[in-house]
Amino acid sequence: MPELTRRRALGAVAGAAAAVAVAGTTAAAARTGRTVSAPSAEPASFDEVFQGRRIQGAPSEASGHHGGGHHGGGHGGGHGGGFAVHIDGKELHVMRNADGTWISVVNHYETFATPRAVARAAVAELQGAALVPLVTT
Amino acid sequence: MTVRKNQAQLTATEKRRFVDALLELKRNGQYDTFVTTHNAFIMGDTDNGERVGHRSPSFLPWHRRFLIQFEQQLQAVDPSVALPYWDWTADRTAASSLWAADFLGGTGRSRDGRVTDGPFAFAAGKWPVSIRVDGRDYLRRDLGAGGRQLPTRAEVDSVLAMATYDAPPWNSASDGFRNHLEGWRGVNLHNRVHVWVGGQMATGVSPNDPVFWMHHAFIDKLWAEWQTRHPDSTYLPAAGTRNVVDLRETMRPWNDVTPADMLDHTRHYTFDTAA
Repeated sequence: MPELTRRRALGAVAGAAAAVAVAGTTAAAARTGRTVSAPSAEPASFDEVFQGRRIQGAPSEASGHHGGGHHGGGHGGGHGGGFAVHIDGKELHVMRNADGTWISVVNHYETFATPRAVARAAVAELQGAALVPLVTT
Repeated sequence: MTVRKNQAQLTATEKRRFVDALLELKRNGQYDTFVTTHNAFIMGDTDNGERVGHRSPSFLPWHRRFLIQFEQQLQAVDPSVALPYWDWTADRTAASSLWAADFLGGTGRSRDGRVTDGPFAFAAGKWPVSIRVDGRDYLRRDLGAGGRQLPTRAEVDSVLAMATYDAPPWNSASDGFRNHLEGWRGVNLHNRVHVWVGGQMATGVSPNDPVFWMHHAFIDKLWAEWQTRHPDSTYLPAAGTRNVVDLRETMRPWNDVTPADMLDHTRHYTFDTAA
């Protein structure tokens, strides 16, 4: 999807995102102290060691960055928002919501403000386990 | 006729037969095909792209069809079995009989989240987690971690009061009943329950935990309750919506069923109490 189109779409729901942020709708929000960033802002790249694991995030090619087609229903790219996250070099599947928040395949029902926050949440969830491409057999 | 019952009302025999049918689907490989399908959709459904199973109006009819298919597989093993539903507004603690060793087993141990009792505990040898996103092949849970609370009946009622089924932009930013029930907006019902259970239930491969079916059977019942409360409301959008399943468009992966076909659950099953 062209970047301008996506930005316009995101801008259209900025009001909704702000309303959600003000309402503080989930305990998780309070727990993590997350705030909803400006939806139109591109996320910042990062590279750090968090709880002993290297987490990296950076803009990626807009399509095909998942490769392998391991998630079947596959639209190739786009749902990562053109941003890739890795934990110890293994890709963490992430997705951007319309309100600018993020989720990952290991926290798929809880939103986070930034890709860095979603990466840190995944490290906590993994408890040291390695990410693997989806095992289908 | 299939009657879906509240899990809290099941007899010991009904629990045993339900568990045995689950274990048989796991053993013969059919169970994991449902996990694979669900994950494919949850990773493929996007707010600004094509969306069918989640974050879209078809969240409810898609899961209704998905549960019917799963229930039919269970009944092929044991015709007496129906999907129970978990009313998490009532059975809202880890002490519920739902989590007893004769049914789903309890929460995970603190060290690694591993479920250690019940028929789905890894040590019982019948529930390897094969469709997974990380190296761990044992069922995990972290019920109510961090003091999280399940939704209350008052919160459910506040969502059931919403007369409009769904609204543009037909995704996680929408107002209306569907998105509030799904939980991307507002008090958060469906999503919050996945997070409350933790473990695989909080991930894209959530059907690895058998409680997935009982959670979604209750979400499905809430849709039926909403229909009863709002007889003049129906599924939206009606037609012509890009990337979204309209009322009479077919849904992947079946391609032979539409939301319109799924509106009347009584063609397939009824509930033990008025929906």
